[in-house]
Amino acid sequence: MWSFLHKLASPKHFYHFAGRLIPWLGWSTLLLMLAGLYTGLVVAPTDYQQGESYRIIYIHVPAAWMSMFVYMVMAGAGAIGLIWKIKMADIVASSAAPLGAAFTFLALVTGSLWGKPMWGTWWIWDARLTSELILLFLYLGFIALQSAIEDKRTAANACAVLALVGVVNIPIIHYSVEWWNTLHQGPTVTRFDKPAMDTSMLIPLMIMFFAFKLYFGLTVLMRARGEILERERNSTWVKQMVTESS
Amino acid sequence: MNEFFHMGGYAFYVWTSYGLALIILLWNVILPRQRQKQLLARLKRKFRQSPPQGNNQ
Repeated sequence: MWSFLHKLASPKHFYHFAGRLIPWLGWSTLLLMLAGLYTGLVVAPTDYQQGESYRIIYIHVPAAWMSMFVYMVMAGAGAIGLIWKIKMADIVASSAAPLGAAFTFLALVTGSLWGKPMWGTWWIWDARLTSELILLFLYLGFIALQSAIEDKRTAANACAVLALVGVVNIPIIHYSVEWWNTLHQGPTVTRFDKPAMDTSMLIPLMIMFFAFKLYFGLTVLMRARGEILERERNSTWVKQMVTESS
Repeated sequence: MNEFFHMGGYAFYVWTSYGLALIILLWNVILPRQRQKQLLARLKRKFRQSPPQGNNQ
């Protein structure tokens, strides 16, 4: 286990390992997405209160969960890079940032598209929506900071600190619907007792959730490979690989 | 079938959400793929012009 992790810290091994993993992740993501779409749009029954509009949940909630999960991955990888000076951790953190921003953006826009017909407004400045918007700014700040600093090492350190400070926002997002009064509904799935959602509606949500997880695994590895190639373009193993394949 | 696309009157909200998700998810797969291909092609050209040195053992 340790020697495996140790190997993954080397960009060369990571590059090849990710290359082998990507096709598997790609196909399983596609299959799960299709299953999620079918069960979510066709099989799941109509909601007795919200009608068909509730089907936005199968995009909105997985995207919102991922927006927080990816942030924790990014901050965690940033911390590892900061403490142990592992280049691969920096690469993972910087590969995760644009994906996290994409999930956050998707969660915000689909939330808006769900809010308009159900609440009667596209947007309110309540705790949940505002803290999720701050999350988007944290991602964008991370990306901007990284591209502003020339030296990769310095950039990674500065970004890791920014990401770690921003972690405080994650519990705020999560508990915002309990701490403050809001239009946003409370948690229906992550409760200690039974989820307040019928199984026929919950199953597509869970499928979509795993599909989004796999999708993130797929795309973060793809981005990391590109980043490795870019950074290591003058190293012997890249030269060997490129010249041997042609 | 029409009923399915009608989404009980919420067609605009539901389909915009799913459409946007599709665009964003596809974009984030296509973009790194393109980048990888271009980078490999560029490196291939570069190494062909000046063969790598120092790794001949």
